[in-house]
Amino acid sequence: MSLDPATVRRIAKLARLRVDEAQVGQLQSELSGILNWIEQLDEVDVGGVAPLAGAAQMAMRMRDDVVTDGGIREQILANAPDRQGDFYAVPKVVE
Amino acid sequence: MSMHDLTLATARDGLRRKRFSARELTAHFLDAIEVINPRINAFITVTPELALAQAAAADAALARGEAGPLTGLPLAIKDLFCTAGVATTAGSRILEHFVPPYESTVTANLLRDGAVFLGKANLDEFAMGSSNMTSAFGPVVNPWTRRGDNAPLVPGGSSGGSAAAVAARLALGATATDTGGSIRQPASFCGIAGIKPTYGRCSRWGIVAFASSLDQAGPVARTVEDCAILLGSMAGFDPKDSTSAEQAVPDFAAACKRGVRGLRIGVPREYRSDGMPPEIETLWQQGLGWLREQGASIVDVSLPHTKYGLATYYIVAPAEASSNLARYDGVRFTDRSEGADLIELYENTRADGFGAEVKRRIMIGTYVLSAGYYDAYYLRAQKVRALILKDFTDVFRDVDALVTPTAPSAAFAQGEKMDDPVTMYLNDVFTVPANMSGIPGLSVPAGLDANGLPLGLQVLGKPFDEETVFAVGAALERAAGFTTLPSLRAPSLRAPSLRAGAEP
Repeated sequence: MSLDPATVRRIAKLARLRVDEAQVGQLQSELSGILNWIEQLDEVDVGGVAPLAGAAQMAMRMRDDVVTDGGIREQILANAPDRQGDFYAVPKVVE
Repeated sequence: MSMHDLTLATARDGLRRKRFSARELTAHFLDAIEVINPRINAFITVTPELALAQAAAADAALARGEAGPLTGLPLAIKDLFCTAGVATTAGSRILEHFVPPYESTVTANLLRDGAVFLGKANLDEFAMGSSNMTSAFGPVVNPWTRRGDNAPLVPGGSSGGSAAAVAARLALGATATDTGGSIRQPASFCGIAGIKPTYGRCSRWGIVAFASSLDQAGPVARTVEDCAILLGSMAGFDPKDSTSAEQAVPDFAAACKRGVRGLRIGVPREYRSDGMPPEIETLWQQGLGWLREQGASIVDVSLPHTKYGLATYYIVAPAEASSNLARYDGVRFTDRSEGADLIELYENTRADGFGAEVKRRIMIGTYVLSAGYYDAYYLRAQKVRALILKDFTDVFRDVDALVTPTAPSAAFAQGEKMDDPVTMYLNDVFTVPANMSGIPGLSVPAGLDANGLPLGLQVLGKPFDEETVFAVGAALERAAGFTTLPSLRAPSLRAPSLRAGAEP
């Protein structure tokens, strides 16, 4: 599988990564190389095999539906690059 | 024995016998870091004031006779574990100024048991790498060099700073994490021991996430017993991690003394890869001989899907990473690159903050999860993952543990294997299957290659049977008698004055 430049730009857009035009060629060849290599999995017979999502061989626990944390607004906002009052601040989204 | 040659266990003994104080021990390691760290870059952040304050508290606890399992023992903490009030970078520009308001469960457990934290250890960016070359804070230099050649070698990765710090005697032990081999491969490259326990054994809470279904914390240290002591403190059930195992923590250190008499040790034939250096094959056979001499029987086994482990990993890990790293958006975590609108702010922040390898993995992950490709890549990988687990489940009906080489080579030079991402990925061929299946894996230093560089052997065990893994690892360690020291290590000349009688 070889990715075309448009696909590289589309993946970058989906991943919210700015990719300059000059980088597209190199990414195209690196990503294609990785994808070609992982396509060796096509030779594995996976018929009737149930997918395995995780390594934890256990059932998910239920916990009591109670508040266990909170009231730490200042701690949470301490790492914000920009804030207004008690909120994270971002550029205007809705005109 | 001078202070820099202490193991964690002998240092603990020295503290309890009042041969030296925790402050003296900590000051010794801080001095060593000052001298050696500028040459190897094993630490991103050193916290001398905090360390000395923790050491003073340890001395007070020791004086009261209230010593915990790790009281006064200086450790390095991989900079992927959140430490309250101390910068936690994950080796990334995007978290350069992030100061967590909370402590990870694993580091909180170590502090509960009295450990002293010297600082935060360097790593590949977001733990993505096998050489420590992807750190935004510069590469780590392996304290070992090839005989007659001073070319700087990589310490392995991603826990390269942790492994180099322990090998160079800048800490008694260190925390590390392992998503595809990031504890075991650097331990092998640096001539020390390291264990990735069973998935779920250590809480992931407060560890910067890379691939959540694979990430697992564990220790690196000079000896197998030191790893057992550290894991005993790090492990344990944590309700804050939904995949944390509700399992009692056994006495891992006691398991190191069990011996291997009567154990059945499997040798997976698929781990015999083409192009593997003959020294590694020889060392592997030697290791099996040592176990046979100590009463174990050696059994040939097959893990037919091993060869697909890496390709499966490079779908599953990037997929999970692309999701986990979506949170770094320039809104919540300290660093932002402005843009004309919110989307541009996201795109600019992430383009400026992430390095090339992290971007590649995010893009691969995004692609394999995208509409139209999910079934062909991600779903298929999850099915192959099930087959890899089945391989292990099948062989562990017949054997107690497996022994393999840890890595297909010794440490390589900085700049090698950098031309093609896939060449670098092949480093983890022997370690990745344990992450895919969740089983524990330990690397033990067992010998030297022709250039005088350390090589490790890997012990793999059944889920939640780290005790057998430690028993086999300790047996290999005893037989190997690995005592060679790296060329670069803490000087003894600056050791603080030891009290009379401290030097045996």
